[in-house]
Amino acid sequence: MRLQYPSNIKIILVPCTGKVDVLYILRAFEKGADGVYVVGCLEGDCHFDNGNFRARKRVEQAQKILDVIGVGGERAQMYNLSSSEAPRFAEIAIEMDEKIRALGPSPIKAAKQKAA
Amino acid sequence: MKVKTPSKLEKILAAGHYAVTSEVGPPRGSDPENITKKAEMIKDYVDAINVTDNQTSVTRMCSLAACIRLKLMGLEPVLQMVTRDRNRIALQSDILGAASYDIHNILCLSGDHQSFGDCAQGQNVHDLDSMQLIQTVRHMRDEGKFLGGGDISRPPEMFVGAAANPFADPFEIRVPRLAKKVAAGVEFIQTQCIYNMEKFELWLKMAGDRGLLDNVYILAGVTPFKSAGMARYMKNRVPGIEVPDELVKRMADTPKEKQSEEGINICIEQIEHLKGVEGVHGFHVMAIEWEEMVPGIVERSGLYPRPIVD
Amino acid sequence: MIVADKKPIEEIIEEIKNHEKILILGCNECVTVCEAGGKKEVGVLASALRMYFLNQGKQVKIDEITLERQCDHEYLEEIRDRMDQYDAVVSLACGVGVQFMAEKYHSTPIYPGVNTCFLGVTEERGLWTERCQACGHCILASTGGICPVARCAKRILNGPCGGSTKGKCEIDKEIDCAWQLIIDRLKALDRLDEYEELCPLKDWSTDRAGGPRKVVREDVQQ
Repeated sequence: MRLQYPSNIKIILVPCTGKVDVLYILRAFEKGADGVYVVGCLEGDCHFDNGNFRARKRVEQAQKILDVIGVGGERAQMYNLSSSEAPRFAEIAIEMDEKIRALGPSPIKAAKQKAA
Repeated sequence: MKVKTPSKLEKILAAGHYAVTSEVGPPRGSDPENITKKAEMIKDYVDAINVTDNQTSVTRMCSLAACIRLKLMGLEPVLQMVTRDRNRIALQSDILGAASYDIHNILCLSGDHQSFGDCAQGQNVHDLDSMQLIQTVRHMRDEGKFLGGGDISRPPEMFVGAAANPFADPFEIRVPRLAKKVAAGVEFIQTQCIYNMEKFELWLKMAGDRGLLDNVYILAGVTPFKSAGMARYMKNRVPGIEVPDELVKRMADTPKEKQSEEGINICIEQIEHLKGVEGVHGFHVMAIEWEEMVPGIVERSGLYPRPIVD
Repeated sequence: MIVADKKPIEEIIEEIKNHEKILILGCNECVTVCEAGGKKEVGVLASALRMYFLNQGKQVKIDEITLERQCDHEYLEEIRDRMDQYDAVVSLACGVGVQFMAEKYHSTPIYPGVNTCFLGVTEERGLWTERCQACGHCILASTGGICPVARCAKRILNGPCGGSTKGKCEIDKEIDCAWQLIIDRLKALDRLDEYEELCPLKDWSTDRAGGPRKVVREDVQQ
């Protein structure tokens, strides 16, 4: 289909979103990411039954922590779609890109540059 | 049963009369008139007056001080004592304090959990439970000794009571639980409010079959409904109280302005009915914040005048 | 195990805000199992704190170590040569570990990173419930293996109280009435007759009431 999506998104492959830990999300921000989103299978379609539900809970947990430390929980998001929905994948990427651009750069990235 | 204490309540029961007790709740303040007025209202119609001990865990004037007020009026108080707020030192100490004023009746309770009251963040004590408090009072009275073994000069002379709820869960241990209280040394029981007569009578029969009623007096608890709303509330919201549907219906079918009168009528019918039930030795009339109705209930139930014992 | 719960990050930040070299110290035992203070929780807390201080424009060093236990000398000794690098430690161990650390490293402030809750079990992942209050004199033999001291809201030894309704406790419909459980269990064991045995006044001197407790075993002492 040769669909276009924003080139500033770095994809990290995991065998299942159930593998995504709160720490992965936090570390991404620590390293300077402006936003992190987890894309899991449709709810109810997890090959391992509930990996994507677990991922959602962990994203929510990360959101709470990000709110407390002043980074902003809305910078972490969870999406669900099936592997055959390429147009939806591109759509989500564009949506997330717009959302993060609206929020501006992560304060951590700025603080790191200042500290360096 | 042989009389063991100077308690007027015990003497009336031992003489084979139906005993009548009622209760007053101490105020949320220090005004003694609150308690003396309520007592004045009912004093000629009851043999003894229970004074509640920080009921529903809401802080109030202490039961002991209110009992002393009644005693000074020449009345017969029943000191309610919960194990929630005092350890065994304080319990024994308060028992002696009460005994020093010749308070001759005590009702041993565990008390509602503090989370229901105005100090939900407080500690609870429960060094003893209600059964162990019964044992403690009996030990102090009969052996003349403290729990720690020392001799008590002028031991308390108290008629020892406890509560029983024939309707609480699980039903199968209701009679064994009464047996346990009797074994602990309880001498009179004031029951939870009774509306389900059938179940109450079944409980009483089972207790009688085990011979328990030869060793303990049962005072049946009755509480008049003020309104249909109260009947529904008691049925649906109060744990351990069973209100049959027909009573709720009877209250609901009564015009609103006549409901309180109907509530009193039901209460009197219940007392009349319970008089015919073997094993019932008296009545504990709990007219919640409605003490002024007690005289009428007692009189119309044929329980007035109260017997005189020496 | 000892069950603990994570303290809110805000509270930990408040504890350590004036320090600059902080060690987040996890424990690989109970608090790992109840997901409050193991290696993973250490990582999450450390990461969050690093970002917080960075965002505040403060230079704060935050390191992570998780020990096998914090209630034994030998494991606490493992970090002795590194302790001079820190001006504060947040221990994610239970209150026992926090205190043992504080005893051992007398001049370094040690802050608690968890609330120590009770002695309990993992009923299911994410649900831990209390079973024991360590009263020092076990009565489980006479209560069908269910403890009224730990599981009755009034620790009533001759229960149930009048608040037991449909098997639940008066304080919360989610909490089982311990005495209902005891009765059910005695029945299952065909020992319901034992219900009628009065439980005597308990000697609470082996409980908290008796002051700080100790177990001395001369046979294993060196």
